Amino acid sequence: MTKIVVLAKLVPDLVEELEIAPDGKALDMMWLRLLINEFDNHAIEQAVLLKEAVGGEVTIISPDAEGVDDMLFTTAAKGADKLIKLVGDFEDMPNNHALASAFAKVAKEEQPDLILTGVQANNDLDGAIGPLVAKELDMPYVGYISGVTLEEGGVIARKEYPGGLIGEMEVKLPAVLGIQASEEPPRYVAISKVRQMMKSAAIDEHDVPELADTGGLPVNRMYLPEAAERAEMIEGDEDEIAAKLVELFQEIGVM
Amino acid sequence: MTKDIYVLIEHVQGKVADISYIMLAAARELAEGTGGEVVGILLGHEAQGLAETLAADKVLYGDHPALAEFTPDAYQKVLEKLIPEKEPRAVLFGSTTIGADVVGTLSSQLDIPLVDSCVSVSADSNVISQICGGKIMVESALEGTTSFIAMIPGHYKVESGQSDAGPEVTPIELPALDDLRVTLRQYIEPEIGDVDITQEDVLIGVGRGIQTEDNIEWIEELADLLGAEICASRPIVDQGWLPTSRMVGKSGQSVKPKLYLSLGISGAPEHVEGMAGSEMVIAVNMDPDAPIFDVAKYGVEFDLFDLIDPLMDKIEETS
Repeated sequence: MTKIVVLAKLVPDLVEELEIAPDGKALDMMWLRLLINEFDNHAIEQAVLLKEAVGGEVTIISPDAEGVDDMLFTTAAKGADKLIKLVGDFEDMPNNHALASAFAKVAKEEQPDLILTGVQANNDLDGAIGPLVAKELDMPYVGYISGVTLEEGGVIARKEYPGGLIGEMEVKLPAVLGIQASEEPPRYVAISKVRQMMKSAAIDEHDVPELADTGGLPVNRMYLPEAAERAEMIEGDEDEIAAKLVELFQEIGVM
Repeated sequence: MTKDIYVLIEHVQGKVADISYIMLAAARELAEGTGGEVVGILLGHEAQGLAETLAADKVLYGDHPALAEFTPDAYQKVLEKLIPEKEPRAVLFGSTTIGADVVGTLSSQLDIPLVDSCVSVSADSNVISQICGGKIMVESALEGTTSFIAMIPGHYKVESGQSDAGPEVTPIELPALDDLRVTLRQYIEPEIGDVDITQEDVLIGVGRGIQTEDNIEWIEELADLLGAEICASRPIVDQGWLPTSRMVGKSGQSVKPKLYLSLGISGAPEHVEGMAGSEMVIAVNMDPDAPIFDVAKYGVEFDLFDLIDPLMDKIEETS
C-alpha cells in the first residue's frame, strides 16, 4: 500500500490588509486571517488523486494555527485518511527550517513512500518546506511538479520549466515532491460533508517541544513597498475611466 | 571565508536562463562591497561554451554526462562538495525550478542560512526580498558566514549580467555521480497553442478577479474590439478555463506586448516575472494594495465588472 504524507500549512490571506508588527521586523499576526497555502491544497488534491488511482493511505500533517482543525477536516472530506496536528509554539509562524524539522520528525513515524507539499508558500522567507524536509529525511526532492504517476519503486514526476517545457523526472521512492499544480483542480467539498467529518474523523495531536529559529538571515526590517514605485491611478466613474483608457490606447497606438 | 560571490548558472536545453544573468548583475553589486570576485558555477556536459556570455570574473566548470541537463540529486552532490571547499561570501541561486530544488537542501545540509525571493542586494550586504506575493518587503543582512540568496527577477536587467569578454574557465573535480535518485527521462515540448502570445502587440491578462469561466467570453468580446489576445495568470489555467499556452509567468510564457491590460490579476511575483517586460501595463484591480500596481504604469482601482461594458462602448464609439 502506498503511504502518502502531505505537509500543509496555513498562510496569510493576501486579500486582507497586511500590517507590520510594532518591532518592524515581522508580520503583525494579531489580525491576520489565515488560509491554506494554495500549493498545499494542490498537493492534497494530488495525494487524493493518487489514492483514487492506485489505492493507499493519505496522511495530512499541519502545524497548529487558527482554523487548522477546519482545514484538516476539509481534507478528510476530500479523502484524507489520517489527520495530524503539530502542537507547539507556532503562533508567531516559525521559519521553515524549524517547521521542516518538526514536519520531518512526525512524517518519519508514518514511514511514507511519498511526501507531497506545496512547492512554495507566500511566507517562505527562508526557502520552501519541501527541500528542507527532504534533507532531514535523506530523501530526494523535486519541485515545480504538476503531474505524478506511480511506477514500480518510483514515480514519474512532471516538472515545469519556463515557457511550458516539462521535464519527466524519474524519482526513486521514498521521495519528497513540491507540487505546483495537481492534475485536476482541487475539488470542492460541501460544508455538510466537512461537518460530518468533524463528528467522525479524529485529529492526532503531536507535541513539538522546541523550535530553533535558525536557518534564515537576520531581518533588519519589514516594510510595505514604497509608494513612489506605484502606478499612476486613474480616478473617476466608469465612463470617465473608460474614456481615459481609450485615450491611452490611442496614445500608444494600439487603437 | 573568501570575499567572492558565487552564482549557480542555470541552463536548459543548451541555453543559459535569463535568471543567471540577473544573478550575475546582483553578484557584481555585492562583490563591489566585499572586494571579491564574481564566480559562476557552470555544471553541464560539453557545455563549456555556455560560459562565454557570462559577466563573471571566472567560471568553475564541472563536466559530466549526468550533468548534461539539470537534476537535483546530481547538482546537489557537486555543490555540497564545492561550496565548503571554496567558502564563498555568498552563493546566489535562482528561486526557480532549478535553483529552488537544491538551495533549501544545501542550506539544511551545510547549515548555511538562506534568504528566498530576493529582488535586490546592495554593496553594504543588505538583501531585499519579498514575501506575501510582493505585498511585504524584507531587508535582511548577510551574516559573518557563507549565505545563500535565492533570487527572483524584477530589479536587475539581463544585459547587465552579460559580457563578450569571456571569463576564465577552470574545470573542477567532481564527486562520484552514480546512484542518483532523480534522473531526467525526457523533456516534453509545450503544445503549440492556437496563438503565440509572445508575438502579440496587445494582450489582455485575466486573473482570479474574473471569478467565473463564463466571464472569459465577456473579456473575449473586449479583446476582439481591441485586436488583442487573452492570456492569464496561473489560477485561470489551473482551473482549465484557458489552455496552458496562454499562461504568463514563471512556468508559462514571457511576453513583451506594447500594451498589457491586466484585469483582476493581483500581481504575484510568479506572474510578474512573465509580463514585466511589457512596454505599458495598465492594471484594473479592486485591491488598492495589489502588487500589480507596482508594475503598472497606470492603475484603476475599480470593480472590473462595472468597467468592461462602458469600456467596450467607448472603444466602439471612438473607432
